[in-house]
Amino acid sequence: MESPSYRTVLETFTKRNSVTQSSNLTTPLTAWHCEHGARLAEFAGYDMPIQYTGIVAEHNATRSAVGLFDISHMGRLRFDGSRADQLLDHLLTRRVTDMKVGQVRYSLVCNEEGGILDDVLVSCLESPSSKNYFLLVVNASNRPKILKWLQPHLADFPDVQMTDVTDQTAMIAVQGPRAVEVCKPLFSIPIDQIGYYKSRVTQQMGKATILSRTGYTGEDGFELIVKADEAPRIWENLMLSGRDAGIVPVGLGARDTLRLEASMPLYGHELDEQIDPFRAGLGFAVNLGDRQFVGSEALEGLKIGKATSVRVGLMLDGMRAARQGASVLDSDSRVIGIVTSGSHSPTLNQPIAMAYIEPSMAIENLAVEVDIRGSRVSAKICSQPFYRRKSS
Amino acid sequence: MTIDPKQLRYASTHEWVSLDSSGIATIGISAFAVEELTDLVFMALPKLGQKLVAQQEFGEVESVKAVSPLYSPVSGEVVEIHSELVSELEILGEDPYEKGWLMKVKLSDPSELDKLMDYSAYQKQCGEAA
Repeated sequence: MESPSYRTVLETFTKRNSVTQSSNLTTPLTAWHCEHGARLAEFAGYDMPIQYTGIVAEHNATRSAVGLFDISHMGRLRFDGSRADQLLDHLLTRRVTDMKVGQVRYSLVCNEEGGILDDVLVSCLESPSSKNYFLLVVNASNRPKILKWLQPHLADFPDVQMTDVTDQTAMIAVQGPRAVEVCKPLFSIPIDQIGYYKSRVTQQMGKATILSRTGYTGEDGFELIVKADEAPRIWENLMLSGRDAGIVPVGLGARDTLRLEASMPLYGHELDEQIDPFRAGLGFAVNLGDRQFVGSEALEGLKIGKATSVRVGLMLDGMRAARQGASVLDSDSRVIGIVTSGSHSPTLNQPIAMAYIEPSMAIENLAVEVDIRGSRVSAKICSQPFYRRKSS
Repeated sequence: MTIDPKQLRYASTHEWVSLDSSGIATIGISAFAVEELTDLVFMALPKLGQKLVAQQEFGEVESVKAVSPLYSPVSGEVVEIHSELVSELEILGEDPYEKGWLMKVKLSDPSELDKLMDYSAYQKQCGEAA
């Protein structure tokens, strides 16, 4: 659900091959990244690989074959107890009480005003002792905020136990058209039968693994959660298993260009506490009507109210990318919106961006301009996503 | 023109300068900078005749993820632009010195060259950054 908005300008080189002087958090795979030439940069308090060989090469490998991502920085919160579903149903915009074992849902966490606190994945899982529990995957940058925000709600549900399992686990994404064939030999269960947004607790070489058919790239693939000390071995096994398929490790740089092409929002860019789910185009993740949850009252009003802006895609002329904060102007040079994410698109070989603009201007193919550091660049509003994989 | 990286002068902002006998300086960006930037997609260079001031921005280079300003290592007037480079930025990855030069500048104050680093000092700076 996230990747960096770092600035690798010439004056601020990223560290390489050494984290010995760093006081940042590490993942169980940081040593591997260093040994394999990754450029690390701080992200949400963690030293994370931004790239290994280059963003474009890693991006293209994920689109054409398969990429391996360390996403252990993402927050992982486990909820146990017979009323865990009711607690989460009270906290999430998405209904939880009807979730069956093996289901995964994308949801938002909103404040009372309907502003987005985080976007999350909630999974209903079954422990080896056949007890159901829930797993909430939150953005790394929002984990401290969400943990704090959870406290009074947890107090209302004393029989629900919340455990932050982020540090004791690792999370690895395998993404791309060849992800299934790469993962398959590692598991005894027929993983190709795990449907999209479905999850299983299974074993990999006898070790418990949560395997979810989810991702943040617009490709088919899996996200794995394993015990921290198992992560390097599983990572190596995946690299070996994917050798003939052309697997490459992928850093957060390409993770960002991949999610941008797939028009997936990133917290801190498209989402924040001033944005509500409807403006963000995420109404599908809000189940209103017969349920009450934090923010539901405000969201009822926002749903029927008039939005001040909506999220759109932009394709730009030339080769300069519009970055976060660039103004969008109409043909009369009136500011009609602001860019939230922008980059060169490796797949389309042109600059693309997401922006919030006035609803009346959100017309496909409408010609607009973007102010890129003082110069005007022609652009047009386009349908999203920018990239859609061919269904297999 | 033969350009030996070891004979060049370097700015801390990673631009290199090569001075010829007629007082014309060729300017480029170092192999280290090109490698650090990676995935270059766009470069903006100054116009012919433009007056540059040492340590001030003269253009920018954009990679997939970031935009970086380019700073002039010297003061003077732009007398030649490597205009083909802008549409073939991969040249910079192949050879940022001989083939990947950016522009030529008629120096207004050749003594500014003395303030720049030599190869070994620049290598030291890069070693500390990497």
